[in-house]
Amino acid sequence: MDKRNEPEAAAGERPKPLPRGYFEGESMTRRHAFTIAAQGIGGLAGAAIVLPAVGFAIAPIFERGKERWEAVGPLDDFVEDTYRQVVFTETQGIGDAGKTTAYVRKGSKQLGEDPREIIAVSNRCAHLGCPVRFVEAAGNFICPCHGGVYDFVGKVIGGPPVRPLDRFQTRIRNGQVELGPRYSVTSQLEPVRARDPGEFTGGIWEYLYPPRPSTFPPPSG
Amino acid sequence: MKLDSLIPAPLRKPAKPGEGNGSKNAAPADLKTSPPERPSDTERLTDKAKDAPADVLAWVDQRTAASGFLTGMLYRKVPKGTNWFYTLGSAALFAFIVQAVTGVFLAMFYTPSPTEAYASISHINNDVFLGQFVHGMHKWGSSLMVILIFLHMGRTFFFGAYKYPRELNWVIGVVLLILTMTMAFTGYLLPFDQRSFWASVVGININGTGPVVGPYLSDFLRAGPELGATTLSRFYAIHMLLLPGAIIALIGAHLYLVVKLGTTAPPWVRAEKPKIAAPVSQLDAGAEGNGAPPPR
Ligand code: HEM
Ligand code: FES
Repeated sequence: MDKRNEPEAAAGERPKPLPRGYFEGESMTRRHAFTIAAQGIGGLAGAAIVLPAVGFAIAPIFERGKERWEAVGPLDDFVEDTYRQVVFTETQGIGDAGKTTAYVRKGSKQLGEDPREIIAVSNRCAHLGCPVRFVEAAGNFICPCHGGVYDFVGKVIGGPPVRPLDRFQTRIRNGQVELGPRYSVTSQLEPVRARDPGEFTGGIWEYLYPPRPSTFPPPSG
Repeated sequence: MKLDSLIPAPLRKPAKPGEGNGSKNAAPADLKTSPPERPSDTERLTDKAKDAPADVLAWVDQRTAASGFLTGMLYRKVPKGTNWFYTLGSAALFAFIVQAVTGVFLAMFYTPSPTEAYASISHINNDVFLGQFVHGMHKWGSSLMVILIFLHMGRTFFFGAYKYPRELNWVIGVVLLILTMTMAFTGYLLPFDQRSFWASVVGININGTGPVVGPYLSDFLRAGPELGATTLSRFYAIHMLLLPGAIIALIGAHLYLVVKLGTTAPPWVRAEKPKIAAPVSQLDAGAEGNGAPPPR
């Protein structure tokens, strides 16, 4: 605040003349008002540039893609005691880079699964996302990157992965097996919303790794 | 002194008091009895040509007054014991300039599209004249830059150069280090081959393991739930527009502080005590403000 505006001057000092335009009871000087106005307008202009740019950059966090289903072969192609590898498009419009691999089989009565069910296990390692491979002879999924090993149903039996392999929703249309959105599972194979590799599922981790708007709800049941 | 004559006058080392060269062009005692020889036309032209660079600089200097700053920077004092380790910062700067220049030329042939990126890099490596060389400089240079920054950081750490009043330069340096690592990370995806694709998948997923914010950070980096087309263009924009700008600005601030504060002497160089008492007005601050007596 401009000292000159304080009408009472210190004892012994000659009172300074009041600035032009001063009126009794004004709350700020003209200079001060203009400073605030100029900074306010500058701030608005800055926000007008920065806010849209930031929004543009972070918008994808809040976007959910369209639910896609893709046929991967007739029902008869799949058996219950081993997997069949299928390749399908998870992200459209970017060629081969948008493709992903799933291992697909029928539900097995021996493992306590519904035989009418189709099980599609994602090859995306639950450690940090490398592509795992189903090794027929061992009956295991093996990751090339850091030695993660998963058993026949995708539960971790070795290495650094933090949860079982993800799965894809499945359905049968016109005798064709179709794969849909990805979901993750807890260590007990209960479905939850898709999580990124490296993130635990179940218990408190459901809150520490919050489900993102870009994922689909898990299949019920 | 010989070398000095090659430097245009505005940038020459300022004369110390009492050392002035005013006597050089003193007028002859009597212009009437011994008039100066009249120079021939060619002589005058060559003289003019010789003066041209200095004239140009003087013209700029009259309009910017930059020479005071430049001579102050170029002839600033450095402490006793300054050695080769002090060049590591400039080496890191040089590595950054190499990255910037080769990067600009790579951008002339590179296509940041997931279907064409790999092909455009193969094209640079196999068909473009010197393409593999420029690509190689950029690729190996990136590791070199990271190594040089760490060595430079080690130098400032072990010489105690991060202490008051240079803490802020250390902080700026840490930000530069992080930005450089981010450069290396975003650049790695650009060739879009198997190695860079899966390395980026792993790198982004490591970011995602941070609780609460991790998942959103991964979505931000990938521009969606899966690594795809927008991830590549996003990394490209960050790699060639956002980060270089930020790094250039911060290097500017870093070097400003280096010049403003001066560099530190190595820890084994002790401050000299003045040997004789001198009036304060004659005391030179010394290279490090350590009270060394002025040169005689
Ligand atoms: C892009 C990266 C960097 C560049 C181009 C750069 C450049 C420079 C240059 C040219 C100097 C002059 C003295 C010398 O070379 O030793 C310097 C000094 C200094 N740098 Fe850096 N630097 C970088 C990164 C860093 C980092 C990562 C740190 C530490 C975390 C750091 C901390 C310092 C400090 C404390 C000084 C002052 C040294 C003294 O006063 O003796 N710099 N830098
Ligand atoms: S990514 Fe599979 S073990 Fe690390």
